[in-house]
Amino acid sequence: MATSKYETVGAEAIEAKGWLKAHKWLILRRVSQLAILGLFVISPYLVEVLDELWIAKGTLSSSVILGVIPLTDPYVLLQGLVSGDVVPEVAGLVGALIVLVFYLLVGGRVYCSWVCPVNIITDAAAWLRRKLGLKDKSHLARSTRYWMLGLTLILPLAVGGIVWELINPVSLVYRGVLFGIGMAWIVLVGIFLFDLLISNDGWCGRICPVGAFYSLLTVKSPLRVVASKREDCDDCMDCYLVCPEVQVIKPALKGAERGLGPVIMSSECTNCGRCIDVCARDVFKFGSRFTNNQVEATGASSQHHNGAKA
Amino acid sequence: MSDSGNGKGKGSSDLSRRRFLSGVLKTACGVGLMGVGIGLYSEKATSLPALAIRPPGAIPEDEFLNACIRCGLCVQDCPFDMLKLGQIGDEVAAGTPYFTAREAPCEMCEDIPCVVACPTNALDHSLTNIEDARMGLAVLVDQKTCIAFLGLRCEVCFNVCPVQGKALTLNYEHNVRSGKHARFLPVVHEEYCTGCGLCEKVCILEEAAIRVLPNRLAKGKLGEHYRKGWEEKDRAGGSLVTPDIKHQYNLPEGVQYDLQGKGLIIESEGIGVDKPKRSIRAFGTGPEKK
Repeated sequence: MATSKYETVGAEAIEAKGWLKAHKWLILRRVSQLAILGLFVISPYLVEVLDELWIAKGTLSSSVILGVIPLTDPYVLLQGLVSGDVVPEVAGLVGALIVLVFYLLVGGRVYCSWVCPVNIITDAAAWLRRKLGLKDKSHLARSTRYWMLGLTLILPLAVGGIVWELINPVSLVYRGVLFGIGMAWIVLVGIFLFDLLISNDGWCGRICPVGAFYSLLTVKSPLRVVASKREDCDDCMDCYLVCPEVQVIKPALKGAERGLGPVIMSSECTNCGRCIDVCARDVFKFGSRFTNNQVEATGASSQHHNGAKA
Repeated sequence: MSDSGNGKGKGSSDLSRRRFLSGVLKTACGVGLMGVGIGLYSEKATSLPALAIRPPGAIPEDEFLNACIRCGLCVQDCPFDMLKLGQIGDEVAAGTPYFTAREAPCEMCEDIPCVVACPTNALDHSLTNIEDARMGLAVLVDQKTCIAFLGLRCEVCFNVCPVQGKALTLNYEHNVRSGKHARFLPVVHEEYCTGCGLCEKVCILEEAAIRVLPNRLAKGKLGEHYRKGWEEKDRAGGSLVTPDIKHQYNLPEGVQYDLQGKGLIIESEGIGVDKPKRSIRAFGTGPEKK
């Protein structure tokens, strides 16, 4: 029973809403992830056509958009700052500030689900895991990532250098695609196999300190997924099966008696919208944190779609 | 925040507390092990090989590894495409920029776009004149194969040097082998060499006889305590320790020594009885007296 459930996850939604609507947010996320990477890739080739204008130069660690807008990953910059050796340029600081403000508004983990290219790899592993009906036996705590975050901020002091960036798969993908992959593919294959065979949502949901850092930016962000029609829920469990951070759903979806929800308030929600897609009864939608416990009154949903860049 | 997050703080039994603590301990140990692994890997992965040269303006290597956020902007802004980023498996720290002079040297752009692009001053923005860059230092590593030392005319490195006439000069020297020619020997001047690597690139040998090495390999270092006596003396206006003593040889009576070429002079043999006195006076009286 359970296995067949894994295999047919989302089938009801496809039947009820059609394939396209049942994959709407997934498709938009893939477009966003690939478009951002694509812009960095094609920019060098368009420089001559566009009269020396770089659309996107650099990588996710630090970039310049349209030749003027600096963007810097605040997490990478922070790793350098703890060492005390970084004296950032104004552009570097402004870039980090822009990124910081953007994610404070839309939710830090939007980075994970809408920008980060590793998400495509781990989503693929999760999909295959569902198809094969594999069970998680690793019991790796989801809090591990916060330990990892601490570790990556201590290591520059302990051994010198922004050590995490040697193996950070997010950076590896971007540098690999733009400057040559080298042996980095081993890390990426490793992450895929780890997520497939060892730990469910293992990398993004339990280990990755980048996600942990961006989770911290999500704590107060207004853009949220809301279980606005939770009374329509028929307990089909599809949302639980596709959610990469499954612990975030329950308080919002089933917390009515305890006075919780219907907004998913957990900072670990990645705003990926997959729960919205797979729900045949449209229980979920994008909304704001301010609609918590007053969903009947407003129901203000602003279908945010962001072409997040960093 | 963890899977076992339903341990509920209130009314927690000993068992659940123990389970919680052992969980935390397990995680901490695992992450600690990972830290050791990453630390060890970084030791290996950041041992910059001798032929990898950092771009102009790079701050000292250990600080550079802290400051460089591995964004690749310097690489993309290099108009000559000679900068590379270290990759996993390389000895150069993954994502950090470097170049290999023999493959493609720094062309020393006047506006130094790579430095301007750096968002974190890992490439120091206070570098505005490319001739002040010290990426490394050219070293003539092999006189046996440098054909100038073999007595042949080459001077290719001298001719391409962008700081020509200052960083690389030619010393003329008699060719002892042929007995009638001159040798035109390239000499690097550390106070002007930017380490751009053009000389290494153009060296006509199969393996370059002149190479740009990172400063840490190209230069020696005096002990911190070391003082050069003559400099200290000049600065103080006189000897700081004991007064200078006149140099003299303790020779038997009637025997002199002429430093200027005559050598040992034995007066009893009657050779130049006058001259020894003159020579004694000549080197016995230092610049202080008279």
